[in-house]
Formats: sequence, structure tokens, C-alpha cells
Amino acid sequence: MQKQRIVVIGNGMVGHRFLEELVAKAGSDQYEITVFCEESKVAYDRVHLSSYFSHHTVEELSLVKPGFYEKNNIQLLLGEAASIINPEEKIVSSKTGRMVAYDKLVFATGSFSFVPPIKGYEGTDTFVYRTIDDLDAIEKCARNSKSGVVIGGGLLGLEAAGALKALGVETHVIERAPMLMAEQLDQQGGNMLTRKIESLGVKVHSGKNTLEITDGEQARKRLVFDNDETLEVDFIVFSTGIRPRDRLARLSGLEIGERGGIVINDQCLTSNPDVFAIGECALWNNQVFGLVAPGYKMAKITAERIVTGDSAEFTGSDMSAKLKLLGVDVGGIGDAHGRTKGAQSYVYQNEPEQVYKKLVVSEDGKRLLGAVLVGDTSDFDNLLQLKLNNIDLPESPEGLILPNTGGDSSVGVGVDALPDTATICSCFDISKQQIAEAVQAGHTDMAAIKAETGAGTGCGGCVQLVGQVLNAELLALGVEVKNNLCDHFEYSRQELFHIIQVEKIRTFDELLAKHGSGHGCEVCKPVVGSILSSCWNEYILEESHAKLHDTNDVFLGNMQKDGTYSVIPRMPGGEVTPEGLMAVAKVARDYSLYTKVTGAQRIGLFGAHKSDLPEIWRQLIEAGFETGQAYAKALRMAKTCVGSTWCRYGVADSVGLGVELEHRYKGFRTPHKMKFGVSGCTRECAEAQGKDIGIIATDKGWNLYVSGNGGMRPRHGDLLASDLDKEALVRTIDRFLMFYIRTADKLQRTSVWMESLEGGVDYVREVVMNDSLGLCKSMDKEMQSLVDSYQCEWKTTLDREAQLKRFNHFINSDQQDENVQFVAARDQHRPATSVERIAMTPVEA
Amino acid sequence: MKWTTICDLTDIFPGTGVCALHKGEHVALFRPLADETVYAVSNIDPFADASVMSRGITGEKNGAFYVASPLLKQRYLLASGECMDDENAALKTYKVRVHDQKIQLA
Ligand SMILES: Cc1cc2nc3c(=O)[nH]c(=O)nc-3n(C[C@H](O)[C@H](O)[C@H](O)COP(=O)(O)OP(=O)(O)OC[C@H]3O[C@@H](n4cnc5c(N)ncnc54)[C@H](O)[C@@H]3O)c2cc1C
Ligand code: HEM
Ligand code: SF4
Repeated sequence: MQKQRIVVIGNGMVGHRFLEELVAKAGSDQYEITVFCEESKVAYDRVHLSSYFSHHTVEELSLVKPGFYEKNNIQLLLGEAASIINPEEKIVSSKTGRMVAYDKLVFATGSFSFVPPIKGYEGTDTFVYRTIDDLDAIEKCARNSKSGVVIGGGLLGLEAAGALKALGVETHVIERAPMLMAEQLDQQGGNMLTRKIESLGVKVHSGKNTLEITDGEQARKRLVFDNDETLEVDFIVFSTGIRPRDRLARLSGLEIGERGGIVINDQCLTSNPDVFAIGECALWNNQVFGLVAPGYKMAKITAERIVTGDSAEFTGSDMSAKLKLLGVDVGGIGDAHGRTKGAQSYVYQNEPEQVYKKLVVSEDGKRLLGAVLVGDTSDFDNLLQLKLNNIDLPESPEGLILPNTGGDSSVGVGVDALPDTATICSCFDISKQQIAEAVQAGHTDMAAIKAETGAGTGCGGCVQLVGQVLNAELLALGVEVKNNLCDHFEYSRQELFHIIQVEKIRTFDELLAKHGSGHGCEVCKPVVGSILSSCWNEYILEESHAKLHDTNDVFLGNMQKDGTYSVIPRMPGGEVTPEGLMAVAKVARDYSLYTKVTGAQRIGLFGAHKSDLPEIWRQLIEAGFETGQAYAKALRMAKTCVGSTWCRYGVADSVGLGVELEHRYKGFRTPHKMKFGVSGCTRECAEAQGKDIGIIATDKGWNLYVSGNGGMRPRHGDLLASDLDKEALVRTIDRFLMFYIRTADKLQRTSVWMESLEGGVDYVREVVMNDSLGLCKSMDKEMQSLVDSYQCEWKTTLDREAQLKRFNHFINSDQQDENVQFVAARDQHRPATSVERIAMTPVEA
Repeated sequence: MKWTTICDLTDIFPGTGVCALHKGEHVALFRPLADETVYAVSNIDPFADASVMSRGITGEKNGAFYVASPLLKQRYLLASGECMDDENAALKTYKVRVHDQKIQLA
């Protein structure tokens, strides 16, 4: 039998979802699939487009599992738009002259950003906000601009404004209607949003119609409004609505709606029975859906229909949305404007805290019709479930949005109250029952549930609710959730930390006797060694601790592949004197050490025999150096740019601060290694946002980023606080680090830790800046005691005769390890491979 | 059997190991506890071909002691030299005893 030929036009979010659904239902060998993809990138997550500014990797946004297209034999035509369709012959062709025949054709062409024909709109420095290419262009322009404006104050416009703000330009928003987000919010909600956004430094101009764009005088562009006022900015982003991309469909004779959109029926079929349209290009019941969830539903229906000839019907979709715009929580559900006949509303407004909430209920007060939430969306999931499942409202529905004023006034619908059919994840249309079944089948943590059902992997809005269903189900199954360290301790790292701190336990053996079993292993020993150091900061090679540590800590250097060690002295902030360099050079030459500047702004010497380490360090310490702890799970270094002392752009002394911070936080052990970075201005030459603690000077103080990472899984840091003076900065770092030390899992970098915290950086900010857990006082004290108890481990080691014996290669001979041999490489040397090595036998003394 | 004295028992911190030179070979001596239990296996890591095993962390599983390579973390039973993570690898073992607080190899 000949395979059915399927052609998809458009490889956006919905087009890609269609392919996944199709392959999952039928396997790919049944079909010959071709996809026209106009953009040069495979399907990516447009919903999280703005995060591209903080990550800058297309991979991060990609929706495509590695190898998906290859594995399923799907022909993907990247950068190739479909340009002509011949519906009689059933052929699609492109400008390259390629012709592809189809049995079924699927339009998933999405929409384009509509730009109103304002006089002067087409000049340079004007943009739209829809694709990665758009973002690249905006960022490039922002780099040599002081100010920018977004025309259009809807959902996408505010998203774009957030991006401009983050790019560091003065940001304006123009809205023609008298309020922001007129689609989703009512007047009061819109006003509250305006005030909040203005307090963040974005200037909102509502009720203004732009008539003309001309060249500016102070800036590159000038906007002229209908009341003759003007505004000058360097560039303009239009966000004035989207229009379905229906041109090709129109040309091929498909029925198109009066105001655009490819007309489809409940089966997602167009006026041609072999052609489907899905996503934002489709018009159903005279409606275009500008959200991704309805598009996903259409994709599912279409795939089902192609495979089985039958399918569920599209019955419209809920247009509710919960978003964070410019850091402000906003939610709109259903009939926000109370347009339903007889609808009544309840309003809660809290000016000081800038919170606005409104409920719209049915005439009889029994059903929720809609809601508006600004400033606090914690009730969103609850309300949405009430509406979607038509659950009876409580006697006094206002309780649903009133703040909890003590007592048990919570009238929420906990997950237990939801029917099994309740949709939990609307992106993937996953019900409560499906999640419960996955848990019963053994998928007992969040990651497993996500992988199994897909729930929570779309817009992410439902993750909390999924977690609740998961926990409720686990509870019902009687499963206890455990995170034991190993066979020897039935506790997690966090729990052990707490035990050690509260019971003031000082050694591994004491802990094992009181709370563990057996004799320990390579998993629990280093973890406990690290906790003991984080709590008491004793010399880590005390006889009772020595057995706990990895060889790198035991010999105070990183073991290399041939059993030799590296020697890396601290050069705080990357500073080193000429005399210091000479001392380093001397030991490098005397002990034939391979010499390299490391990735951490300091000098590394490699290939030192264990037995030479004490003498090498004696000389370095004499020259004023101390251990750089490049071997330890502790602060490595603070990378700095040259800063205002030398750099003509610098606004503050980044080196000075880096040196000070490196000295403050050096020494004590942390759950994993940590790196700091300090930049003297927004040019960010120290790449501080890729560090666990990243600090960037502003003209008002210091911005503090946390939980950035380089290495294998890069992550940009989250902004924890802005414009801090030095005292506040140090205090905040103190607490952040202590909170990390107290609560991280074993070997968890700050980046992964942050991602594991529910509430992320907002939660951490509450804890360390607003003391929401009441921990700050004790954390301040603990950090100060760590700072006060610093010692250079190499110095202590050299002062103890008993320690030095350990450094000999043999316990019973002074000979060195004859297996350590080198061969020349680029004017220095490298370890010999086992083949290159010359066989030697040490002779006993 | 002729026993050669290598070092004092107290030269090894409880829970750690040292490397001894014995008949031209590198031997790792381990003292997993604070008592007189001592094990001897080859100091050469079979995967990295480097003389490092004595610098690994010792562990215990179901009562048996093992050492984890400090380089690539494979675990070897101290009594038999068997590798717990790869059945094709093993460490050579040596006869060892504690006599008058001295560690001796045969
Ligand atoms: C910044 C931003 C934020 C958003 N936030 C949210 C949100 O929070 N929640 C939400 O639900 N939705 C959000 N959306 C909307 C959501 O992204 C869209 O609903 C979704 O992407 C629609 O998917 P689609 O596949 O229909 O269209 P698209 O993703 O636009 O994909 C259409 C693709 O088809 C290609 N194409 C068009 N014509 C042709 C042709 N002739 N040949 C080949 N290829 C062609 C286009 O280049 C495009 O790549 C947001 C959108 C943006 C831009
Ligand atoms: C046994 C394994 C490793 C060894 C021996 C090692 C060794 C080193 C050394 C010696 C330095 C210079 C450090 C200093 O001057 O303090 C360094 C820097 C660095 N290492 Fe490693 N490393 C190891 C594993 C890793 C891994 C797994 C990653 C990433 C996932 C990584 C990422 C980095 C980065 C990014 C730097 C540069 C620091 C900076 O400027 O940000 N290293 N490493
Ligand atoms: S970050 Fe700023 S101050 Fe630092 S070197 Fe770069 S331009 Fe200069």
C-alpha cells in the first residue's frame, strides 16, 4: 500500500505539536511527511520568547526533542516557505521550485504582527515582536539606544516592554484605549496595573493615538499624537495585534473569514475536505484564538482524524491567562467585564499593596463566570477550576478573593474537591485522573510526571497544581517521599545539616553512632565532611575528618589523571603583583610544573608530585600567597573586570569589591563549588551573570544576580536585588549563601538549587530580604562566625608535623612515584600516556 | 612465610590508606576502622594506570569494605580486589597482618 502523504505548512508551536501527536498515534512509517518551515529555526517556544534575552540560546527555546525529525523520517524544509498550492493536483511548491504532492494538507501558518499604517511606520528602527530574528534585531538596536517605545499596551506589548526594560533602555508604552490590557482586564484592574508598572520605571501613556512618526531631534524618532503632544525615542516596537496568515490559503481558494482567518469546522477541516487548518491561522465560529492551548487542541483533533478517520470535536477554548508582566502578576478568567446578562461582581482593592481582584458570578450567585486578578494571582488556579468544572460557589463567594485574616477562612477548592475529569494542564489537556494514573503506575516525582504525561511542560502555569495532585495521590497510596543520602543515613543532606547544627555534632563518628548505621561510604562521608565544615569551619584534615574527604581535599590540590596534583594559589579578584608572579615562576621552574592561566583568572601549576606539595606551598606562602582552594567545594574566586579605577566606562570599583568579597567568603565549605563575578558597569566584562553570585555596578549601587552558571548547563543568574549599597549587598549575600548552605541537596549547585525551590528567586528574596521565615538573624550570626574562623589550610598543614608524613608517595620509602613521567608539548610538558611511559622499577632502600 | 614490616599501625589514620613499596610493587594499605583491621591491594588504578588507589575514600556495603578510585570512582572490594562496577576489572591483593602494632606484608 502506498503511504499516505502529509504536508504541513508552518513549523511553529502548533505545527510541531501536530507532528508529535501524529507520530505518537500512528508511528511514522505509515506516512510520508513533509514540513515547510519558513523560519531558519525548527519549532521553538514562542510563549517564552522573552526568555531568549536572558539565555540567548535557540536550544533553550526549542520544542524539538533531539533527533525527532530524523528518527521519524520527517522531511523538514528549513528556511523554505510554501508559496503556491495547486488544490486540483494536490501539490505544494516553494520558490526553490520544489513540488511536493499531498493526500492531506495541514495549514499551521500562525499569524503575523499587524502594524497600523501610521505615517512613517516603515522607517528604520521599527520592529515587531514575534520571532527570534525580531528579538535579535531589537537587541542589536537597543545596544546603541537610550530609549524605546512599545506601541500597544496589550498582553504582548507589555511583554515586549518588559524586554526593553531588561535591555536597559528607558521604556515607554503607548496604548490607544484608556487602559492597559483592555482585552483581559476591567478599568480598575487596568489602572492598578498601570500604577504598578509605572512604579517599576516604565512610562505608560494611555488614551493616546499615534498619528505620525518622524525623525526626532533629541532621539532618532519622534511620535506625534492626536492631541499634538510628542514623544522622542530611539526605536519603536509595534505590538498592535496579530492577524492570521491566510494569504496562501486565500490564493488556493479556501474560504476565508470576513476579517481574515482560514474558516474551519468542528473537525478543523477547511472548505476543502483534504485540507486542515490549525492554530492561530484558523477561524472557528468566527473566532481566532491567540493562545497556544486551543491550537494544541486543534492539533490533537486533526492528528486523530487523519489516523482514525474520526475524532473528538473542537468546542472552543477557554481564553483565561495567568502571566507575569514586568514582574507584575496578572490574571484574567472568562467574562472579566461582566458582560453576561445579570452578572454580578465582587471587588477587592488594596491600594497600599497594589492588589486588585474581581469576581464575576452568575445572576443566582452559584457559578463563577469570570475574574480579574492584578498584583496577586495566587487564587488563579482555584478560580479557574471553579469555573471550568462548574463547581458550586460557596455561600459568600467574596471569601474566594478576600485575604486570609486568620482563622480558617480558606474556601479554596483543594485538589480533592476537583472531579477526576478536571483539566489540570490546559496546554496538553491532561486531566486530574491522567496524573493520578501516572502516579499509580510508579511515576512518583515531578520530573517523572512531566516526562510521562507532558503535564506542566507547556506554559508551566499548572505546575503547582500538578504538584498538589501528585502529593495527594502519593498520600492516598501511602507512599512516603524520601530522599535518603545512602544506605548509612536515612536522611537527606538538608536533614543532616539540621541535625548536626542543632545537636552540635562535631564528628562523623558521632553522627554515625547517633543517627546512622554501618561505617559510611564515599557518598555520605564527603557530604558530612562538607556539612561539618559549613557548620564549624574546623581545619578539615583534623584526624577525625581526614577520612571523609575526597583526595583533592586531603592533599589540598586537584588530582590529575596521572596522580599528580595542581597548585593554584589565591589571586583575589585576579590581582597579582610582579613579585608574586616571580615567586610563582620560581616554584614552577624549580619543580618543573606546567604553567597555565586558568579559567578563573589565576595561575595554575600542574604536574606536582604529591611529595613536593609541602615544599612548593611553603615557598608560596612565604611569598605571601594562600591556598586558592581550587580543589574544594567552596568559593573558588571572584572574577572581576578592571572596573572604574582603569576602565573609562566603569562606574564603580569592581576589582576592589571582588577582592573584598573573595576574602570574606573564602575557606568554608558549601554544598558545591561557587564562583563569583563582579563587573564595573552594564557591559558586564566579568560575565557575572554566569556566576553563582554575580554583581554588576549601576550608577546607584550594585545589582545582585544569583544562581547563574557556566559549564555544561549554562544559566543566567536571577536578579535578586537592584541598586544596593555595599552594606546591604554584603548582608544579602551573607544570607543568600547561608540559606543555600542550609537547604541545598548534596552536590547541588546554586543554579539547580534555585530551580528546585518552589517560587524561585521571588521566594528567596522574601526569605533573605523580608525575613519571611524569621531566619535572618541566625543566618547573619552563622555567616559571621564562618568569616571569623578562616584559616589557610595549607598554612595549618605545614605547621603540623604529623600531616607532612602523608605527602610521601610511599609510607616506607622516600622515592617518588616512577609512574609519573612527562613528554614535551608546546615548550612545556604533559603527562606521558601509558604507551609512552618507560618501564621502571623502584628499588627498595 | 617471611613477613616484612612496612610501618606502624598508627601511621595510617583510621578510615584512610597509604601506599607502600613492596618487592618493587606499589601496594595500597587500608585501615577502614580504628581497630587492627588492615587490607592490602594494588595501588595501581587499572583504568587510569596511575598509582593512586590508596588515596580513595573507603566505604562499607552490607558489612564489606571497599575503596572508590579517586580518579574515576570505580569501587573495589578490599578483601578480594573485585571491582563492584565492572566485572572485568580487579585489583591484585596481598597478604597482610598486624603484628606488635606493626603492619607487615608477606
Ligand atoms: C512574545 C509572545 C508571548 C506569548 N505568550 C503567550 C502566552 O503566555 N500564552 C499563550 O497561550 N500564548 C502566548 N503567545 C501566543 C502563542 O505563541 C501562539 O498562540 C502560538 O505560537 C501559535 O502557534 P502557531 O503554530 O499557530 O503559530 P506560530 O507559532 O506563529 O507558527 C507559525 C509558523 O508558520 C510559519 N509559516 C507561515 N507561513 C508559512 C509558509 N507559507 N510556509 C512555511 N512556513 C510558514 C511561520 O514562519 C511560523 O514559524 C505568545 C506569543 C508571543 C509572540
Ligand atoms: C575533576 C574535574 C575538574 C577539575 C580537576 C577541574 C579543574 C579546574 C581548575 C583547576 C580550574 C581553575 C580553577 C581555579 O583557578 O580555581 C577550573 C575552572 C573552571 N572549571 Fe573546572 N574542573 C573540573 C570539572 C569541571 C566541570 C565538570 C565543569 C563544568 C561543568 C568545570 C567548569 C569550569 C569552569 C567554567 C571554570 C572557569 C571558572 C570561571 O572563570 O568561571 N570544571 N576547573
Ligand atoms: S564591565 Fe564596564 S567597567 Fe568593567 S571592564 Fe567592562 S566596560 Fe569596563
